[in-house]
Amino acid sequence: MLTLLVVLPVIGALLLAAVPNADGRKDGLVRWLALAVSVVMFGLTLLLWLRFDNAAEGYQFLQRVPWIPAFGINYSVGIDGISLMLIVLTGFLTPIALLSSWESVHAHVKSFAIFILLLEAAMIGVFISLDLFLFYVFWDAMLIPMYFLIGIWGYDQRVYAAVKFMLYTMAGSVLMLIAILGLAYLNQVATGSYSFDIQKLALLHVAPRTQFWFFLAFALAFAIKVPLFPFHTWLPDAHVQAPTAGSVILAGVLLKMGTYGLIRFAFPLFPEAAAYFAPFIAVLAIIGIVYGALVAMVQPDMKKLVAYSSVSHLGFVVLGICAMNMQGMQGAVYQMLAHGVSTGGLFLMVGMLSDRRHTRLIAEFGGLKAVMPKLTAGFLLMTLASIGLPGMNGFVGEFLIMLGAFKADPRYVIVAGLGVILSAVYMLWMFQRVFYGPVTNEKNAKLKDLSPREWAALVPLVALAVFMGVAPGIFIRPTDQAVKAVVERLDAVKTEHAEHRAAPVPDAVSAAVVAPAEGK
Amino acid sequence: MLPASFNAVVPMLCAGAGALVVMLAEAWRRKGERFPMALLAFIALAATGISLIFLWGRNQVSFEVVTADNFAVFVSLIIVAAGLLTVAFSTQVLERDGIPEGEYYALVLFAVVGMIMMAMANDLLVLFVGLEVMSLGVYVLTGIRRDNLAGIEGAFKYFLLGAFASAFFLYGIAFTFGVAGSTRLDKVAAFLAAQSMTGNPMVLLAMGLLIVGFAFKVSAVPFHMWTPDAYEGAPAVVTGFMSTGVKAAAFAGFVRVFLAAFEPFKADWAPALMVLAAATMIVGTVVGVAQSHLKRMLAYSSIAHGGYILVALVAANQLGKAAILFYLATYAITNLAAFGAIALLGSKDSARDGLHDYAGLWYSRPWVAGLLTVALLSLGGLPPTAGFIGKWYVFSAAVSSGYYGLAIIGVLSSVISVFFYMRVVVMMYMTDKSTGAAPTPVRGVGMVALVVTVAVILYLGILPTRVLNLAAASIGSIF
Repeated sequence: MLTLLVVLPVIGALLLAAVPNADGRKDGLVRWLALAVSVVMFGLTLLLWLRFDNAAEGYQFLQRVPWIPAFGINYSVGIDGISLMLIVLTGFLTPIALLSSWESVHAHVKSFAIFILLLEAAMIGVFISLDLFLFYVFWDAMLIPMYFLIGIWGYDQRVYAAVKFMLYTMAGSVLMLIAILGLAYLNQVATGSYSFDIQKLALLHVAPRTQFWFFLAFALAFAIKVPLFPFHTWLPDAHVQAPTAGSVILAGVLLKMGTYGLIRFAFPLFPEAAAYFAPFIAVLAIIGIVYGALVAMVQPDMKKLVAYSSVSHLGFVVLGICAMNMQGMQGAVYQMLAHGVSTGGLFLMVGMLSDRRHTRLIAEFGGLKAVMPKLTAGFLLMTLASIGLPGMNGFVGEFLIMLGAFKADPRYVIVAGLGVILSAVYMLWMFQRVFYGPVTNEKNAKLKDLSPREWAALVPLVALAVFMGVAPGIFIRPTDQAVKAVVERLDAVKTEHAEHRAAPVPDAVSAAVVAPAEGK
Repeated sequence: MLPASFNAVVPMLCAGAGALVVMLAEAWRRKGERFPMALLAFIALAATGISLIFLWGRNQVSFEVVTADNFAVFVSLIIVAAGLLTVAFSTQVLERDGIPEGEYYALVLFAVVGMIMMAMANDLLVLFVGLEVMSLGVYVLTGIRRDNLAGIEGAFKYFLLGAFASAFFLYGIAFTFGVAGSTRLDKVAAFLAAQSMTGNPMVLLAMGLLIVGFAFKVSAVPFHMWTPDAYEGAPAVVTGFMSTGVKAAAFAGFVRVFLAAFEPFKADWAPALMVLAAATMIVGTVVGVAQSHLKRMLAYSSIAHGGYILVALVAANQLGKAAILFYLATYAITNLAAFGAIALLGSKDSARDGLHDYAGLWYSRPWVAGLLTVALLSLGGLPPTAGFIGKWYVFSAAVSSGYYGLAIIGVLSSVISVFFYMRVVVMMYMTDKSTGAAPTPVRGVGMVALVVTVAVILYLGILPTRVLNLAAASIGSIF
């Protein structure tokens, strides 16, 4: 079942490659075919969700085939609630990305669709891998289609952005490769055979000093991907230069791989190092929240503004993870989904505006409410979702994260709360400048409102943003068991630590840490 | 039939006989008469390959100094594959560039004989003879375009420095003989293992001189100076051949001498090789970034790849030994694909090897651009290609021997190398068409060969198990 999700897009891509379309006359067929494949994919992900058992512990839909037996490398896949939700998100956003390209991509349509489908296969591969080797293969393979998407179909500075994106991500991930090899080697020393299976590696007792370095290597790779401040500088370039479909997928799914990696690999595999580093990472996350928001506020370019807002929102996600408790983690997972939907939607609409006017500068717009009422309505809802208005999806995630972070250290929340306010400032200010007021630029006076096809891409996003806010339980429940497993694993170590530190330090932090120990 | 004691040299005889036939055919050929030289060379190499496959697992030894153990057979098969692909790429190129066919194929075959001899040598003198046979063939191939100044310059530099390195190598043999009383590797090994001679200056000197000789042939920094000029000057098909065949043969000798004969002195030579490996990786990639000439850039890239293989040699554990073989295979196939594509795209008037010649290649020749892209991704070590598995194997060997430093230098330099491979990709896909004539269309045997190599790259990248096991088995049998 899971394998099908990886193989189907690849088959779709090969099918597309077989369509003769040198002169672009079959563009329509290519578009419909790609869309059909991606819609079927979405259907399959929903089917997966339907068959997923919320109450079961551990991984489901397991499948394991020996791949390179000499090194204990298996094609080993399986999902828990966290990966399930992200797979559904991937399946959901890919058709939307393809729809968004309908109006904006006219050159090499076939290759574009092929790359999108290959990207989808690699992204799903990342989420289902239970073998570190397999995971790394998908993680790196994912870069190739994204690189081409940005580099060929992007805006003016596309080559620079594509190369920067590629090199940043690779530089982080190769150190993770060393740590992966080191782990496999440690497993060989301990048990006599190499293994890359995370379920086996989780049983391994890694010395704290080794954990320290390995955790850093993993965390660096994921921090670049998230991106955590100060590793975020590739993001504005890549987002702004990427074509709309690329931005939607980049913001919607690719960034989540960083946070997913933290939850799935870095924290559970090295719990002691994680407990040690979590406060530092939390501080970086908080800096990211405020910094991203402040920089977003002064951007003249809408796409850049949304890009920096991602830095801020992802900071919340990381903060939630670093809280290392149930609420924080759950909020983080939820916020990953919420951000995927709302930011994906914002990029989509900015792309629509940019297709019409070939500019994304806020100053060029104004008064669009009168001209494009449908787009304005959609944009308003997404803006509200993004700033976390109660009843919208952004609120649930941020609220849970704040709750978790408060339990870990109330000081986090004081600063992070500032980020919530600032996000309202920059988003609403942009909305006001673009949509309200009189039409100042006459080029805007005759802009067409949404076409049915754009409508089709936008409505699901908006509906989902509201639905996720109204009925968050549906999206949180599947992740319960998975989050609990991670938190319990981290708690076990925290308790040990607390016992080691015999004399409790009398401040709020250690009090919070000691509390569960006393409960035992 | 030949007596059984000849078994191990049959592959060399096949290739050598082929070379002689090609030479005779060239001599008897009337002016203007066309003769299927390429087919002859292809048949000779195919026969060599088949005889090698028959030798697999039999550990045949001829005359006590030529051993066809699995290690030698594995490396020889890589060499033969390089030869076959070179012949396949050459058919179109030779005619176009007016390179004399008879000499060319005879030299390629003779070089193959020398390379196989290096891989199979169990005696330092046989190793040296193989080295010279190989080198002479390759020197001439480098300068085979007599009207091409760059080619002649490259060949001359290669020859002078190569002769110099050969002298070092011979001195190394002499000192080894002085200490151990034999040039046979097994006897040297037995002697050194029996006597505890740690720190003996004669042995150290011998090892140092041999390292210099080998380092030159595998173009390890700082003995790499000839490489960029020779690789740039030679026709692209020849560069593909020598960057893979010569490297495979030289590493085979390197491994056999240092892991079989000088194994007891590992503590002495490992640090030296470690420095060489680190310097080779760093210089190869950092200088590669500054190149705007594609062949020169790939020359530096192949220097860097030599560095990765040295890492595996330094690690020298069970994994490392197998990693050397596997990496040689992946590197050979990948580099041949890249140079093959470059060679096939050139034309008589322009070799099309500047970076800018590739601008917009995707728009004019999408298939070749796609195939070249796979080769470049594999050189850069990105999954799902052979290059990724090779790098992963080498670095896991380094990590499991505790050489974390080398592994980190290795992965970081491979990221830098991705930058310059990507420059070519950027040119092909993300730059507007260059002015001037469209590149030569690629078809026929050349295209088939290119597709086959790329298929092998992907096969090794996705399902490497079979070849990995072969590599592990072949090295396990002797060291």
